[in-house]
Amino acid sequence: MAIPKVCGIETEYGILVRGGESNPVAASSVLINAYVNDRSRRVDWDFEDETPGVDARGFSYADALAPEVESHLVNAVLTNGARYYVDHAHPEISTPECSDALQALVYDRSAEEIVRLSMALAAPLLPDGAELLVHKNNSDGKGNSYGCHENFLVARETPFGRLVAEITPHFVTRQIFCGAGKVGCEAPGFSTTEVPFQISQRADFFEEEVGLETTLKRPIVNTRDEPHCDPQKYRRLHVIVGDANMSEGATLLKLGTTSIVLSMIEDGFVGSDLALAHPVPAIRQISHDPTLRRTVLMQSGARMSALDIQWQLLERANRYAEERGLSSVGEDVGRLVLSLWEEVLSGLAGDRATVADLVDWVAKERIIDAYARRHSVPDGDPRLRAIDLQYHDMRPGKGLSTKVGLRTFVSAEDVSRGIERAPETTRAYFRGECLRRWPDDIVAANWDSMVFDVGRDPLRRVPMMEPLRGTKAHVGELLDSSTSIGDLVDRLGA
Amino acid sequence: MAERVHKQKQTSDRSDEVGAEASATTEQGDKLRAELDDLLDEIDDVLESNAEDFVKSYIQKGGE
Repeated sequence: MAIPKVCGIETEYGILVRGGESNPVAASSVLINAYVNDRSRRVDWDFEDETPGVDARGFSYADALAPEVESHLVNAVLTNGARYYVDHAHPEISTPECSDALQALVYDRSAEEIVRLSMALAAPLLPDGAELLVHKNNSDGKGNSYGCHENFLVARETPFGRLVAEITPHFVTRQIFCGAGKVGCEAPGFSTTEVPFQISQRADFFEEEVGLETTLKRPIVNTRDEPHCDPQKYRRLHVIVGDANMSEGATLLKLGTTSIVLSMIEDGFVGSDLALAHPVPAIRQISHDPTLRRTVLMQSGARMSALDIQWQLLERANRYAEERGLSSVGEDVGRLVLSLWEEVLSGLAGDRATVADLVDWVAKERIIDAYARRHSVPDGDPRLRAIDLQYHDMRPGKGLSTKVGLRTFVSAEDVSRGIERAPETTRAYFRGECLRRWPDDIVAANWDSMVFDVGRDPLRRVPMMEPLRGTKAHVGELLDSSTSIGDLVDRLGA
Repeated sequence: MAERVHKQKQTSDRSDEVGAEASATTEQGDKLRAELDDLLDEIDDVLESNAEDFVKSYIQKGGE
């Protein structure tokens, strides 16, 4: 029986200071500090339980245990349950844990608004004439990539090897509807002449089928085994293969279809017949072919296009929904995702323009082609690359993605609420609400625990090992009736 | 297969009220072209004025 697909997104944004010294670490710090200092008392992230070097295949890399995040840099937890920090040389927001794909979409959108608020607050802190540019993209077009990672709760009992084998076809082919599009090519051995435009920002950077790395030799399936919850029961599948999306429909499809396929894998519903013969070359071949006609070799010896593989997965997903239901992904959200999945595949197979309001790469390709026609611009012209970059520009009024008529799926009210308030249906509620109510009494917080100063020795750590406990239904009344953090901790029996 | 039947999007400008189908399609096409023209005008307005310099200066560190 598939377990609930609790999920979230971590996005690293591109950052640049124009008209001033462009040190991306300093710029990221200014951006985030401007926001955090404007809000309540800053509460720092707690690194106590972080183990990014543990591999899901069952072994540990001692070297990888060195802190991956520079802990002296700003690293804050927000009242909506999110983490906002400097990671390497980028500002990054990890959404709070969400109970379904639609809720995670709300928090991804709220994260965008947090970035926009941060930009406005940071602007007066910059030297005269300097401007902070932030892009929600994954590549600088010069061979440097940064990620947009998804996380999904999966059952520990599902054998990891089977999970890898059965999710890989989806990870290689889902880009046809959740690729963000890119002008040019960054894969070694390819030129922009050969690949003037491709489907995915990220596909050029994947070199392995499976592995622990995220910055070099990136694998299609990442094996980081850091569940941030009860490790006996759960894994957190850390997905590094996706693009950051501007389209709400693309984010919803990316998270929604992956949640459904993972549930199907847990329930033995996918099977091994969609295995690709060579997943690493296939992910690039599919990205490099916006006609979607190219076929890739399957382990069976047959050849299938990315659309063929996605139709197969959708057919199985529809059967799964009929026979087993979609409770693990939320019945209503699951149905919405299934109908959107069918709509997007039909559109991609037929009249492409009908899904330009859902699919980022289609929307981007449309304006790039039209611009090139109007101004007689040849392939490789920097203006086309500038349009690509500006599609992801977070400055109000400048971002081209906000002008192309992308369909919306969440309300402005929900997005606005998600800036301050945590989801009510996961443990993020407990984290966010404690922080909102008693910011001065919280020493540190992370995904699976919080440390409280109850006004008497010692500090008290409250573990949160179950992602679906600490919801409003569980602790709402308790929080409402607690008069202080000491009172709350006493009543929790911690 | 049945699943591949192309789905009509239910947007407001595709409501099934009046008008012959052929002229509706032409109108729809004209509308889309006009929208795209407006969009291109807007892109001309907001696009980085010195695209070449901007693209050249856009350098990020690898992340993750």
